[in-house]
Amino acid sequence: MIDVAIVGAGPAGLSAAIELRRRGVGRVVVFERELFAGGIPRHSAHLGYGARDMHRITTGPRYAALLTRRAEKAGVEIEVGRSVTDFAQLSARAVLLATGVRERPRSARLVPGDRPAGVLTTGSLQQFATLHHQRVGNRAVVVGAEHVSFSAVLTLAHTGCRVAAMVTALPHHQTYPLLRLATAGRHRVPIHTGVDIAEIVGRTRVEAVVLTDGRRIACDTVVFTGDWIPDHELARAGGLPMLLVAKAPIVDASWHTQQQGVFAIGNLIHPAETADVCALDGRAVAEHVIDWLTVGSWPAAVAAVEVAAPIQWAATSAIGVTFRVDEFVTGSVAASNGSELLHQTKRKKWIPNRAYHLPRLRDCRQLTFKR
Amino acid sequence: MFDVTVVGGGVIGCAVARELTRRDLAVALVEARNDVGAGTSKANTAILHTGFDATPGSTESRLVARGYELLRAYAPNAGISVEETGAVLVAWDDEQAESLPTLAAKAAANNYMHAEVIDAKEVRGLEPHLGDGVTGGMVVPGEHLVDPWTTPIAFATEAILNGCQLFTGFAVASCRVNADSTTLVAADGRVLRTRYVVNAAGLHGDTLHQLFGYTGFTIRPRRGELIVFDKLARPLLRHTILPVPTAHTKGVLVAPTVFGNIMLGPTADDISDRSATGSTKAGIDALLMKGRRILPALLDEEVTAVYAGLRAATEHSDYQLSAHADNRYVCLGGIRSTGLTSSMAVAEEAVTLLSSIGLTMTMRDVGQLRDVRMTPLGETDERPYQRGGAVICHCERVTAKEIEAAVLSTVPASDIDGLRRRTRVLAGRCQGFYCAANVCALAAKASGRSMSEWMGVP
Repeated sequence: MIDVAIVGAGPAGLSAAIELRRRGVGRVVVFERELFAGGIPRHSAHLGYGARDMHRITTGPRYAALLTRRAEKAGVEIEVGRSVTDFAQLSARAVLLATGVRERPRSARLVPGDRPAGVLTTGSLQQFATLHHQRVGNRAVVVGAEHVSFSAVLTLAHTGCRVAAMVTALPHHQTYPLLRLATAGRHRVPIHTGVDIAEIVGRTRVEAVVLTDGRRIACDTVVFTGDWIPDHELARAGGLPMLLVAKAPIVDASWHTQQQGVFAIGNLIHPAETADVCALDGRAVAEHVIDWLTVGSWPAAVAAVEVAAPIQWAATSAIGVTFRVDEFVTGSVAASNGSELLHQTKRKKWIPNRAYHLPRLRDCRQLTFKR
Repeated sequence: MFDVTVVGGGVIGCAVARELTRRDLAVALVEARNDVGAGTSKANTAILHTGFDATPGSTESRLVARGYELLRAYAPNAGISVEETGAVLVAWDDEQAESLPTLAAKAAANNYMHAEVIDAKEVRGLEPHLGDGVTGGMVVPGEHLVDPWTTPIAFATEAILNGCQLFTGFAVASCRVNADSTTLVAADGRVLRTRYVVNAAGLHGDTLHQLFGYTGFTIRPRRGELIVFDKLARPLLRHTILPVPTAHTKGVLVAPTVFGNIMLGPTADDISDRSATGSTKAGIDALLMKGRRILPALLDEEVTAVYAGLRAATEHSDYQLSAHADNRYVCLGGIRSTGLTSSMAVAEEAVTLLSSIGLTMTMRDVGQLRDVRMTPLGETDERPYQRGGAVICHCERVTAKEIEAAVLSTVPASDIDGLRRRTRVLAGRCQGFYCAANVCALAAKASGRSMSEWMGVP
């Protein structure tokens, strides 16, 4: 009998497994469908990994390797090449879902036009570039202007692909000014704001994109970035209810789902945070998993944090209640338990696609926004 | 020198080639693209039609009914997935509800006796997720789903195993009819000599028809845009939901696919460009509006593909089949969206037409003929991953072995699109976020071609 079965050997799953073993749990098995453990950081070759959880800054592949090694040392069983299709069949005393997140591809964004080769996501771009050392094209358009979009610019530049433009439907880019400067600025990439891709042109290979303002940009590659969606299929197939906008399974502040014995952590429940936040989720969930294994009690009701526009969704991460706004907006966010105010932020400017965190609050049930 | 050359490697051409190789004939199949089944045949609604709504007495009606029986019998052994869902034709206003008895009578006139008119409550009982405003319906229990990708490839594979020669990238540019042979010249200069020619050129059928000196029909491509929803939407529907058809089109339907998705479409735009297979904002918006009415919950699901197919419609409402003894030429023109269902019957018809203009042939001994057994791609069939093996494409659960097999098969995949139609790889919700690089690497290794060739890098 497995004590804890974890699905997904990314930062969240591996960190949870390590912590559970450290706290003395007997058999902890991590099921990973890829042939290697480590998750997304494996092919994310830039610096920036490990800050909050390892207190060091390293690259994605190094971070993934380090986590995997620590898990092996801790006595975690990692089964790679194992696709879990039904978590009810895992015959474990507790199940922890940490299946992560992906970017919405072109089709899910309903972008019209031809269907030529040369249309990627940052995820596929990174795998071509980092794991297989491939050139993907000569001239790219990057769709999106959030953190990951600028990371895609760097990856493209690294492969020798010029970036003709970044395009965002929002009125401004959504990253830090310094990151913008070091990427788009350094590579002289124009950022077209307030426009979307109206059409992809090209029969066999991408030839151009047409923007909604009528401009046509010649390119042979289009990279769709960000617009995260949890890889929630296993959770949904298992009957777990979902948050509407985030499309993430509903969990409480201790990552219990509405099904007894099933926890969910990481970017599956907050699409998307950096890897270190996911890793901290993994560490923090361990005590609740152990409570379940030893005491065996489960909360009677598991409800999502309620939100209203311009807040898109809110969920619990290890560093607090995390939420997103869907427009550039000024105001303050208030957290309450339904009757009394728990926390109120300063009045400030909020940026869409940015990860925001309130401190960890007891019984946070509702976020409201005051413009 | 071939006895018969079939021009066009769509589902019709492949079915004809298969049928001809069952006889003592030297058969060639030429296709302008680099693969079979890569044009109109890959982008349709994937329904095995009973022909209940065809025009009674038409060639189409006869061949759809016959083709339905033939393909249903052939599919299980050939590894072509068929899922027996049946269809419910749904009326959304009183006028449509009143037309249902007429449609039932039309079905009977087409010798389809199982259509049954039901009331709105019964419709809802069958399909509880339908939107509001249903006024009635008609059950057509025989309308099934079929795998449109494997069908032409299975036909072509069987044809080749039995001696047919396939020429891909062979776009017929000109032809010369001599006393006892015809010379076909490709755009790239390749030359092929044949006694008889069968025109199965689909969207370019009229062009080839004219090369032989005939007129009588003009292809007026009818573009159909389709939206495919994620497999998580599949439980929303049990049957195919058909609209009340109009003279112009069968209308927008919502149908499950054998791959386990839900499909919404098609639109019907008459256009002039025979290569305009792009989707449009207007088309997508129109489909979403219809979809929201028919099956509201569908719109909450993620979209895994948006594509457009061109039906080879003409100014006539029926198929344009003819045989011409003087040029030893048979035309299979104007075969519209029903071609997938009718393909095997059209192939029989082609044999009859060829013999009517002097081609003599005898059936080969069954013992000499090889059968084909494809790996079924349907979600309700057993898939290779269920027997173990490394899964490469996680969304569609495609194994490394399947990808290797598709690259090395009798009719091998030569690009990612071909690989997708043979295995479902990259057809899922992530569209390659997780696996595109691994798939290209595997295909490159198996084929001996470079990874960037498979990626299509310029």
